[in-house]
Amino acid sequence: MNLLETRRLTKAFGANRAVDGVDFTVRAGELLALIGSNGAGKTTLVNLISGLVGADSGTIVFDGQNVTHQSIHERIEAGIARSFQLVNLFDQLSVRDNVALTIFARQGKTRHLWAVADRDGAVADEAMQVLRQFGLEPRARMAAAGLSQGERKLLDVAVAYALRPKLLFLDEPTSGVSTREKAPIMDVVTSVVRQEQITAVVIEHDMDIVFTYSDRIVAMHQGGILAEGSPDEIRRNEAVTTTLIGSPPPS
Amino acid sequence: MDTLVVQILNSLFYASILFLIACGLSLVYGVMRIVNMAHGNLYAFGAYVAAWVIGLVTDSLHWTLLFALLLSGALAAAAAGAVLEPLLLRPLYKRAEEYQLLMTFGLLLILEDVMRLLWGPHPLTASALSDALASMSILGVTYPVYNIFVIAVGGVAAVCLWAFVYRTRFGVMLRATSQDMRMASALGINVKRVYVQAFTLGCLMAGLGGAVVMPISGAVLGMGVDALILAFVVVVIGGLGSLEGALVGALIVGFVRTIGITYFAEVELAVLYLIAAVVLFVRPAGLFARA
Amino acid sequence: MSPAPARPGLLSRLELGGAAAAAVVLLAVPLVAAPFQTITVCYGLVFAIAALGFNLLLGYTGLLSFGHSAYFGMGAYVVAMLVKYLGWTSMEAFVVAGILGSVLVAGLFGLVCVRYTRIFFSILTLALSQVLWSLALKLFWVTGGTDGLRVPTPTLLVGSLAPTSDKMDFLAYRYYYYVLVLFVVSVIVMWLIVHSPFGKALQAIRDNETRAEFVGVQVRRYRWIAFVVSGAFTGLAGTLWVPLNGLTTPDILYWQFSGRIVFFVVLGGFKTFWGPILGAIAYNYLETYAVGFTIYWQLVLGSVLVLLVLTMPQGLAGTVDALVRWLRRPALT
Repeated sequence: MNLLETRRLTKAFGANRAVDGVDFTVRAGELLALIGSNGAGKTTLVNLISGLVGADSGTIVFDGQNVTHQSIHERIEAGIARSFQLVNLFDQLSVRDNVALTIFARQGKTRHLWAVADRDGAVADEAMQVLRQFGLEPRARMAAAGLSQGERKLLDVAVAYALRPKLLFLDEPTSGVSTREKAPIMDVVTSVVRQEQITAVVIEHDMDIVFTYSDRIVAMHQGGILAEGSPDEIRRNEAVTTTLIGSPPPS
Repeated sequence: MDTLVVQILNSLFYASILFLIACGLSLVYGVMRIVNMAHGNLYAFGAYVAAWVIGLVTDSLHWTLLFALLLSGALAAAAAGAVLEPLLLRPLYKRAEEYQLLMTFGLLLILEDVMRLLWGPHPLTASALSDALASMSILGVTYPVYNIFVIAVGGVAAVCLWAFVYRTRFGVMLRATSQDMRMASALGINVKRVYVQAFTLGCLMAGLGGAVVMPISGAVLGMGVDALILAFVVVVIGGLGSLEGALVGALIVGFVRTIGITYFAEVELAVLYLIAAVVLFVRPAGLFARA
Repeated sequence: MSPAPARPGLLSRLELGGAAAAAVVLLAVPLVAAPFQTITVCYGLVFAIAALGFNLLLGYTGLLSFGHSAYFGMGAYVVAMLVKYLGWTSMEAFVVAGILGSVLVAGLFGLVCVRYTRIFFSILTLALSQVLWSLALKLFWVTGGTDGLRVPTPTLLVGSLAPTSDKMDFLAYRYYYYVLVLFVVSVIVMWLIVHSPFGKALQAIRDNETRAEFVGVQVRRYRWIAFVVSGAFTGLAGTLWVPLNGLTTPDILYWQFSGRIVFFVVLGGFKTFWGPILGAIAYNYLETYAVGFTIYWQLVLGSVLVLLVLTMPQGLAGTVDALVRWLRRPALT
């Protein structure tokens, strides 16, 4: 079953067609990797689907409803969440409050002016539970600005995850951290996603990570989809290896 | 017909002054991403200095030379800008934007009182200049020549500024810095120097505006803030950071003010802001918004 | 600038102690101080309410308003109009009407202003407040122009406390306690708001607008609500101010008055909840004593502001905070 389908989705910035008539499909339950060189249109595609930018033409159907013209807020309620390539956190709030705020927003409680946020035991418990899943529990009381880069990347994902989405977009969850830190981050993220049976789309540059963790891969090039298939198929796909990886397929 | 001609000339007169103030505000924002709340005070400073200098020598010099002395106002404002930017603004570029606003607001308060301290509470003027030129006949109406002179100054200033920004080496550096400060810095442009030059240039224009308006409306306390508020309308309509926007915004505000003073004096400012609000709703970053 | 450490949400022992001590002092003022002194404190409390409202925008939502005179002035002018045209005298009615009036104006202005952030927001708030000022000045047949409108001392508690013949005495006792009660209520309400899930959402907007939108906070709508709440507090302050002053003039709608509110908050420190209160009361003292001392008051204010921004951006409260932490630093072993 397809959770998300875009049809002829197009977005141009001036003369540059960043996303050019893309038919992009995400199947329920899979962990999909979206690959492509810089400027291939990956982030623009995610921005279009999550609602950060509006499409020029084409449709986005998510979970049976047409969300093409919905606001960001409506898409979140429908079950689409995302993290960001450049970490986007609430720096002056504590690590726990970063997650708690998301839970309050999900439950519609941010409209409450009279309740003391820290007295909401259920939300506090859930926030700590989420932090535990991401290994951030010991940092709960720290200001988010004080975390290490790796921890910030994890918290960014945790914040999106706390929305309990059906579909989670992770925009380069391991960019900006050392090679050694990449695998542990992906281990944590994928284990949470699989455990909670969330459909996830990961934008990633590191091919080792892509081949290790994903169920299926979609490769983009110059605003269009170049190829899609299982990791093995993509590994052997000549178009992909020449344009993206730049080396002959491994024997 | 006659009143129409006068109205149009009056509008151009206002627009000319407004452009001189607003172009500096916009230029400084475009390059430095700072809105200088004290900008109107530098305009007032130009007016005071010009009035004071001309007042010292009014009787001893021929009136044509007095015109040259109007430049003293512009130069004094520029000198003030060249001192203030490195001294008070430079330490703040790495801090949150609130602090930059608060700093220029503090400066506004200080300059307001410094002018009172230096020149007292009474208005200063040099009407010898406007008197010297008398009136002339244009399209069947008599109109003060000095006002025409001010319109001409505004026009010439606009052309010079345009040529300066789009046709000189310095202009290239200015535009590069306003596009991307880090990239400009990486390309070897001395950003610090560009900042102080842009700020000085902005103050020069404001000071010139104050100096040329002074023989007509005098140098009075509070003129800076009044001008600032109108200049805000101009840049909000035209688009903050755009010189073309400052010009078009100044013309729009100039014409609306002239009509307003004649037909709806009580709510003139409210109407101006209504226009600004409408522009903002239709084009959130102003008519000549930059990306 | 290093980020403030995350604090527990409820009052710390230090805060509780400080609040209790402040309550005792404030309750005792009319009993131990001369009426003139009490009235000075009373002005301070009124300004503190305005500062609290202002800081919901600056400290918690990250929006710097240069136009809060509009809501303060609205609160004051509503009272003056009700006195002049309807002959009302009840302070409770004034409070309700003043808050409603400022909410109305803030709601309207807010629709335009919250579409923008940063400098554009500051400019628009300043500009719109100047429109109100120009109207108050020019529609003199309604507003009294520069002469302003007189406001006699109102009756308190649904008419049960009528003004006494000695106005000074009335203001320094009954009215002082009346203001004190409303001040305490304002502090409690604002404390609740900034510690509520809504308050957290505002702080999230302040820290990262885009991300706030992507966790489901409707940024513009929340900003607007914060704007209106902020206006309501400032309007209440204006309403309470008018009987003290006995007169309202366009001066309180002028940009300089907005600047004064900004000054309270920066002086006290906008990164803390208590800073603006401290700043408003301290400023009021400074002004009361310094104005007789120099006519160049703006020069003094501007210089202090420049020095604060350059050397003490955390304000009084932040500096006190740092001092306390320094005193409590672990001894070197």
